[in-house]
Amino acid sequence: MIEPYLRQFDAFAANGGSTSPAWLQQRRAAAIESFRRSGLPSTKDEDWRFTSVAPISRGDFSKSPEPSRVSLAELEPYLFGQPDWPRLVFVNGIFDPGLSTEHPRQTSLRRGLDTAPADLEPHIGRHGPTDTTPFSSLNLALAKDGAWIRIPAGVVEPAPIHLLFVTTPEASDAGVHSRSVIVVEAKARAQFVESYLTLRGAPRHLTNTVIEMSIGEGAWVEHSRIQRESEAGFHIGLTHVDQSADSHYRSFSLAMGASLARHDLQTRLNAPEAEALLYGLYLGNRDQLVDNHTSIFHDHPRCRSWEVYKGILDDRAHGVFNGKIFVTPLAQQTDAKQTNRALLLSDTARVDTKPQLEIFADDVKCTHGATVGQLDPMWAFYLRSRGIPADQAHRMMVAAFAAEVLDEIASEPVREALRGVVAQRLDRLG
Amino acid sequence: MALLVIKDLRAAIDEKEILKGINLTVDAGQVHAIMGPNGSGKSTLVQVIAGHPGYQVTSGEIWFKGQNLLDLEPEERAQAGVFLAFQYPVEIPGVTNAYFLRAAYNEQRKARGLEEVDPIDFLDLLEARLRLVEWGPEIMQRAVNSGFSGGEKKRNEILQMAVLEPTLALLDETDSGLDIDALRIVAQGVNALRRPDNAFVLVTHYQRLLNHIVPDVVHVLADGQIVRSGGKELALELEARGYDWTTERAATAGAAR
Repeated sequence: MIEPYLRQFDAFAANGGSTSPAWLQQRRAAAIESFRRSGLPSTKDEDWRFTSVAPISRGDFSKSPEPSRVSLAELEPYLFGQPDWPRLVFVNGIFDPGLSTEHPRQTSLRRGLDTAPADLEPHIGRHGPTDTTPFSSLNLALAKDGAWIRIPAGVVEPAPIHLLFVTTPEASDAGVHSRSVIVVEAKARAQFVESYLTLRGAPRHLTNTVIEMSIGEGAWVEHSRIQRESEAGFHIGLTHVDQSADSHYRSFSLAMGASLARHDLQTRLNAPEAEALLYGLYLGNRDQLVDNHTSIFHDHPRCRSWEVYKGILDDRAHGVFNGKIFVTPLAQQTDAKQTNRALLLSDTARVDTKPQLEIFADDVKCTHGATVGQLDPMWAFYLRSRGIPADQAHRMMVAAFAAEVLDEIASEPVREALRGVVAQRLDRLG
Repeated sequence: MALLVIKDLRAAIDEKEILKGINLTVDAGQVHAIMGPNGSGKSTLVQVIAGHPGYQVTSGEIWFKGQNLLDLEPEERAQAGVFLAFQYPVEIPGVTNAYFLRAAYNEQRKARGLEEVDPIDFLDLLEARLRLVEWGPEIMQRAVNSGFSGGEKKRNEILQMAVLEPTLALLDETDSGLDIDALRIVAQGVNALRRPDNAFVLVTHYQRLLNHIVPDVVHVLADGQIVRSGGKELALELEARGYDWTTERAATAGAAR
């Protein structure tokens, strides 16, 4: 059902949206038109073959969340023990300046549009194409707020910048659309941590979030995305990264929340000698569906991409991994490696994994590997033969499986905290 | 004093009987070598003693320190003092040698009612054991057996054995595929750990290990039975004459019965 969203857009366009700059109004209009034409995806769409969004389509998430406030004390457990890191907090999609450490180059999208919209014009809807997915079209049409961060050329950010997207029960049955723009200029260095979490309950809501990131020449970015939203809700996310020459982008993505979670991560290696390292861990139990779609566009020569995604699925959980690597004829001496490994802890868990390599250059090194398996009883016997009890041996094996990607998180406080979060979650599994 | 007494042990894998009535007594302070042709059941025997879940024990008893090991889980056997050095040690990426070995050490201590050892004290304890296998402390930060060469994996088994100090150590073809240096280190480890109150059972194809670790008793296993037992000179005879003569006698003995 898309009509409620079209009506929501009409109301928004007539109301708050009408004060937006003309270029943004045009982009929003084009986006809703794209959404109107595509509708919500179905499993007939190749990109959604294994991921039925019927639970979203059947519902109506066209209303906006009720206003809500959260306290710093409630956020504290999610700050990785680093309350001094600069942060931008959004509650049910709306910026909370009181909880945030704002400054002119690290603020909300809405403030940016109010004060210096021309700075945003080259970015909003310009990195991730409007129609990347029906949800990203809807996001562009409806998103009112998000983060707006610019790291000027040559600046080295001393601490990670933490973006917290918080939902509360006031978002029940509502759609939370946020859109963020991050620009890291040439030779700058920055770390971003992006958290999605739910406080005070388990509302059933639709989070539909987009990050557009642009990384300048020789710049260096580390980005951790941690999705631990309400297990009753739906989480749809798109991260699009444009990379310039000799830039370095390293991503870690943890997906463990929502009843249905889909994350599209796209990085475009737009100039020679750019490097993208993508690591991911997804955990599913009960009836969770966790979908990761990654796309790496090797458009230019001598770029390197390295990707490792791992999944641990229990009960009736369903994992989906789709890894696209496109290598254009120009992109000679591409070096690309993709690995996806999934561990199934029950007979009813399943994973659909699909590498998709499209290579149009001849002098390239591209490899991919996918494995799906259960814990090898020989591993357990080895540990038990040393005196380690069976249940602990099991936990050690599963934790070891996860550790290989958790170890790749660049920020030590995040890495340590997530080891704990994952270990605790895995204790509940199996 | 008998440390291990095995009575009429029969075991199968996938309905196929591999051990066909093993009787074996190992006294404290002894080293036993088990030799025999491929497929005779040598590895099966030590794996069954350690509790490998892939085998079904169809009859018999394995007495160790007053307990029938067949009533115990693999971890309980280890906690009771049994150690198996694997022929193919398992790789565990993501778990460091230090973490793994300390977890095993502490589980065994807990089971014996002793206090757990903290990481600092454990490092002290490790130092001497590492010297025994001629390794520096950096090996402890590597993931267990992950990317180790064949020789390194076997050395790591000896290191684990040295730390856990079992009463009964079972070595499953620990000498296979080792170069002479690695073989020397393995033998040095075993010899250093020999005590009047513990025992070793070595499964081996080759006499050469027995030049370095001198056995008290040598057994020949053929088709799931011990067909001959003797002193260390039996290993030399096997080296010179092969196994055929021992199995021929077994066949004859079987026919006569």
